[in-house]
Amino acid sequence: MLLQTILVIILLLNLRKETKGKNGLQQWDKLIITAICISAALFVLHNVFLPVGGLLIMLSYGVTAAVIYTVYTNTLFTSGRALLNAFWPLFVLNFIEDVITIIDKPFYKSWRNYIEGAELLALVWMIAMLIINNKQKKALEKERLINEEKEKEYRITEHLKAQLEIQVQERTTEITKQKEELQKTLHELESTQSQLIHAEKMASLGELTAGIAHEIQNPLNFVNNFSEINGELLEEMKVAIENQDYEEVKALISDITENEKKINLHGKRADSIVKGMLQHSRTSTGQKELTDINALCDECMRLSYHGLRAKDKTFNAGFETKFDEQLSKINVLPQEIGRVILNLCNNAFYATNAKKKTAGNDYKPTVTIKTAAADNGVEIRVHDNGSGIPQQIIDKIFQPFFTTKPTGQGTGLGLSMSYDIITKAHNGTLQVESQENIGTTFIINLPY
Amino acid sequence: MNILVVDDERDVQTLFEQRFRKEIRSNELTFAFAFSGEEALAYLNQHDHGSVLILSDINMPGMSGLELLDRIKKNYAVPPPKVMMITAYGDAENFNTAKSLGADDFLTKPVDFATLKDKLKTIES
Repeated sequence: MLLQTILVIILLLNLRKETKGKNGLQQWDKLIITAICISAALFVLHNVFLPVGGLLIMLSYGVTAAVIYTVYTNTLFTSGRALLNAFWPLFVLNFIEDVITIIDKPFYKSWRNYIEGAELLALVWMIAMLIINNKQKKALEKERLINEEKEKEYRITEHLKAQLEIQVQERTTEITKQKEELQKTLHELESTQSQLIHAEKMASLGELTAGIAHEIQNPLNFVNNFSEINGELLEEMKVAIENQDYEEVKALISDITENEKKINLHGKRADSIVKGMLQHSRTSTGQKELTDINALCDECMRLSYHGLRAKDKTFNAGFETKFDEQLSKINVLPQEIGRVILNLCNNAFYATNAKKKTAGNDYKPTVTIKTAAADNGVEIRVHDNGSGIPQQIIDKIFQPFFTTKPTGQGTGLGLSMSYDIITKAHNGTLQVESQENIGTTFIINLPY
Repeated sequence: MNILVVDDERDVQTLFEQRFRKEIRSNELTFAFAFSGEEALAYLNQHDHGSVLILSDINMPGMSGLELLDRIKKNYAVPPPKVMMITAYGDAENFNTAKSLGADDFLTKPVDFATLKDKLKTIES
């Protein structure tokens, strides 16, 4: 009875660990405290008022039974079961001892030694169980802690993962936005570039128009004049035939034939100018054609000269052509190469004009265009005896938008486009040699 | 009358020779041709210019017609040869410059040979 109450108190104290200070379990906590108090009271009462022992013992077993029942039926107190396992033998022996004492005290006395021996064994059992329990508990606790640690780590990892995912999402959105902006900008730049190229083409076409008008006017005048003359000569021939002056007829026929050739020649000249103009204005078909470089150079030089003349009445310069008549035709984009030559000629004339403003009367502005067969293709040299290009800017002249002309007068795209046409579209080279105040030569090399 | 025609187009020679074949045949007119301002000056230096009429295009590479006109009027002072300038249609600027430089007469391109013949007759008489 003594031991049992102590054990119940120990058990209750143990159970209280599960309920103490936990929300929603306050009722259980109170109940356990009450049970502890009752047990303590029973213990004191039993030791002080032994005579009423029978009732106290009954009460004590009531409390013990209630506690045991609760431990086995309520999942909240499963931890108490192990402890109870350790106490069971003692409880049972105690109960038997008490029952025997009440029923048959002499029997108890004769068996006392055995019972006490059994009790000792039960005590040993209890201690052993408690030690094992404790060990298991510690091991469980350790495992629990490890698990908790793992759980914690897992939660931290999960949290970090979630954070990372949010960050990645944010970055992705940001990058996508940037990409879209860049694409938009690129698109705008592309359209600006094509507009600029178009503007450059139109600008050079504008310069050309006046030159073309002049270039077309001359052959047309010849066509008209020689045609009129032939009309007159035919009238004369009629008279000569009537007079049977066949010598005169022969002479007239020869003249008419000559004139006819001239008409044909100038008609073709006008024709090629118009074709050249059309070629210049239309977008490139991208088809390379066998082209007579000499004819192309001659045409561009003239167009450039007359174009500048028409634009600026004070402008004048001599131009020379030194063509290699043996030059074979090569495969190029004629309108593109034409644009390059035209551009180089325009620049050359511009340079001579610039020098003329400062140089004395003895200065003879001259632009020379020369063709020659090179090792692997054709070389075209556009030379001027103009102002030359200062050394500090010579590296920049092929850069887009670089211009020495006043704002609004040059797009700064002429040479950069020329460079692209020669190097990219034709695998050729475009080089420059220049000396200040002596002159500049642009050298185009076009491979076969 | 001697006429010096200055034009950078070489076929101008054939054209004039054909247009004025009757006058050339009858020795009424004799023609000389120069294909640039420089050639024209060289010709004038070599030949007696007393009865020379110069017919010059303005728009020529190298020495322009205007420059040629200026030099002729300055260098051949007594009496300077008559100079007739050929201007492009509607080119008022060159017309006025040529006039101030002392051009004697004008023709517009394309040259109307009937008009030119009339003008030559007036000069001769």
